Amino acid sequence: MNLHEYQGKQLFAEFGLPVSKHEVVFSGDEAIQACNKIGGTKWVVKAQVHAGGRGKAGGVKLIESPEQARDFADQWLGKRLKTYQTDENGQLVSAILIESCTDIDKELYLSAVIDRSSQSVTFIASSEGGVNIEEVASKTPEKIIYENVDPLTGPQPFQARRISSVLGLDSNQAKQFSGMFQNFVKLFNELDLSLLEVNPLVINSEGKLHCLDAKINLDSNALYRHPSLVEMQDPTQEDPRESEAAKHDLSYVSLDGNIGCMVNGAGLAMGTMDTIKYFGGAPANFLDVGGTATQERVSNAFKIILADPEVKVVLVNIFGGIVRCDLIAEGIVAAIKDVGVNVPVVVRLEGNNAELGSQILADSGVEVESLNDLESAAKKSVELAK
Amino acid sequence: MSILVNDQTRVLVQGFTGSQATLHSEQSIEYGTNIVGGVTPGKGGTIHLNKPVFNSVADAVKAEEPNAALIFVPAPFCKDSILEAADSGIELIICITEGVPTLDMLIVKKKIDQVGLRLIGPNCPGIITPNEAKLGIMPGSIHKKGKVGIISRSGTLTYEAVKQTTDLGFGQSSCVGIGGDPIPGSSFIDMLELFNDDEETEAIVMVGEIGGSAEEDAADYIKDNVSKPVISYIAGQTAPAGKRMGHAGAIIAGGKGTAADKISKLQESGVHIAESLLHIGETVKKVIG
Repeated sequence: MNLHEYQGKQLFAEFGLPVSKHEVVFSGDEAIQACNKIGGTKWVVKAQVHAGGRGKAGGVKLIESPEQARDFADQWLGKRLKTYQTDENGQLVSAILIESCTDIDKELYLSAVIDRSSQSVTFIASSEGGVNIEEVASKTPEKIIYENVDPLTGPQPFQARRISSVLGLDSNQAKQFSGMFQNFVKLFNELDLSLLEVNPLVINSEGKLHCLDAKINLDSNALYRHPSLVEMQDPTQEDPRESEAAKHDLSYVSLDGNIGCMVNGAGLAMGTMDTIKYFGGAPANFLDVGGTATQERVSNAFKIILADPEVKVVLVNIFGGIVRCDLIAEGIVAAIKDVGVNVPVVVRLEGNNAELGSQILADSGVEVESLNDLESAAKKSVELAK
Repeated sequence: MSILVNDQTRVLVQGFTGSQATLHSEQSIEYGTNIVGGVTPGKGGTIHLNKPVFNSVADAVKAEEPNAALIFVPAPFCKDSILEAADSGIELIICITEGVPTLDMLIVKKKIDQVGLRLIGPNCPGIITPNEAKLGIMPGSIHKKGKVGIISRSGTLTYEAVKQTTDLGFGQSSCVGIGGDPIPGSSFIDMLELFNDDEETEAIVMVGEIGGSAEEDAADYIKDNVSKPVISYIAGQTAPAGKRMGHAGAIIAGGKGTAADKISKLQESGVHIAESLLHIGETVKKVIG
């Protein structure tokens, strides 16, 4: 789950990390009030969307009067911002962040991720900030440091010193960073983050470190521990079909093709998409109905797949392990009757009680193409989708 | 021979009296697995599925001397259950549960490595040695005793590989699902090492998927250390970047972890690539048939 920058900054502040004075607003009038509340003569207004590259797309602006803040809010709220990280429709601007303007001496980069190879939380820092870090990594690797935090012993001061040295901090800044490093780790661990990024982390005109950006991703598996973070979820930033699927415990990702897929297991779902492609077709989605596919889940899955107008055929591929194929077959029949499926359905049932399942489909009177191997089922689907 | 589990393995089920544990333990016992008891705190002294229930792993170890733990507890309690099994020195710990927080796994994995035990999973189907022991949720009936070792990050994809090798008559020595999470207890490399040393295993099927670099790391290892033929299928060849494909680990991030990269790296190490999901069995046949 991703957070907005304003939510990230709120959490940064709670963990003692330096962020600008800021307010979040949802209307033009609020924008004027926010500027007055923050004070000063210059502010930065930032459109809040779950995507990077906002600056270049016009979603970030330096302003010099509260009226300009109002105009910016009126211009963007409810509109979609398209950046190089969004799809062609862009992301809905659901809020505007207004903050005091920071005079910048130097831009740095800092992030922390869960690194699979070192099996730890790894900090990535660079003296080159505000830019694409992957480019820095490939062109000037000496300007980047990777520091692994041992999961059992935690962050150590020598690690903060090592990062400070690569960032080129003076002794006062290094001292400040040493405290910040502990707080970043605390934030990461206590709130179960999967990613934290400050790009840029800046040195301001007073020579102090300051977090100008705050990007936070949370580990969805750990949300049960953080009810207050769950409330920060912004459904407007997600694909409506994907969030609808998530409500029903289905894992769904929409794709560009026209063959709807319903599969049990994430690996097999990807394998099914690949097989469709192998025979010249194009999958319309990834959908994992899970290991305990019930009739209700199958019905919901059909509804979600068919909400995509591009879908010309649905391929159901179930390898019944513990799941019984006869129960799945009954689920399919009921779902087709219930949902009113108006495209051809191809079903491949394999494993536990597969024959009985195929029999149920055959006897049901609903129109399904029941095939007992994946090759024929995939080929048939591709043919029907043409 | 086989790897990790056989008919001598003494299995302790943690979370024994829960509905999932009950369902799968029943099937494991029916398959012939030697389940010696289970743990459910507060239900010690009772009998479940004709096996003794204990309040703690330590109590169970004293009474039944299990050498494998099979964990079905809900995700919020997995860290505790795995560490409890480790504290009692159980040498093989298998965690089936999905949805374990990643930060929990970082701590668990570090600890397990320190004490020198073996963890399989979480978020995995478990391990089976056909006709001997089934420690997991896979359907026993599709397996056949034989000579192919199977390692996979995905449950139902493992079943496809199993079925194809069964249908062609090769059968399996053992099958291990290492799980689809970013921080798995055991890696492809850990299992490749065991299968390479197992006399019964003639070929190894490695079913990978997009995300991370486990397959690339395995490719490096295979080049220098594995003398047996390795056949591989990588799922997610059509998956777009930046979209998580169900498994917490299956995502192409920052342009890394694509199927194409993994396949070319594996080919460089002499691994035989199944060109589609349908060709796993046939590729095995080409190599050892």
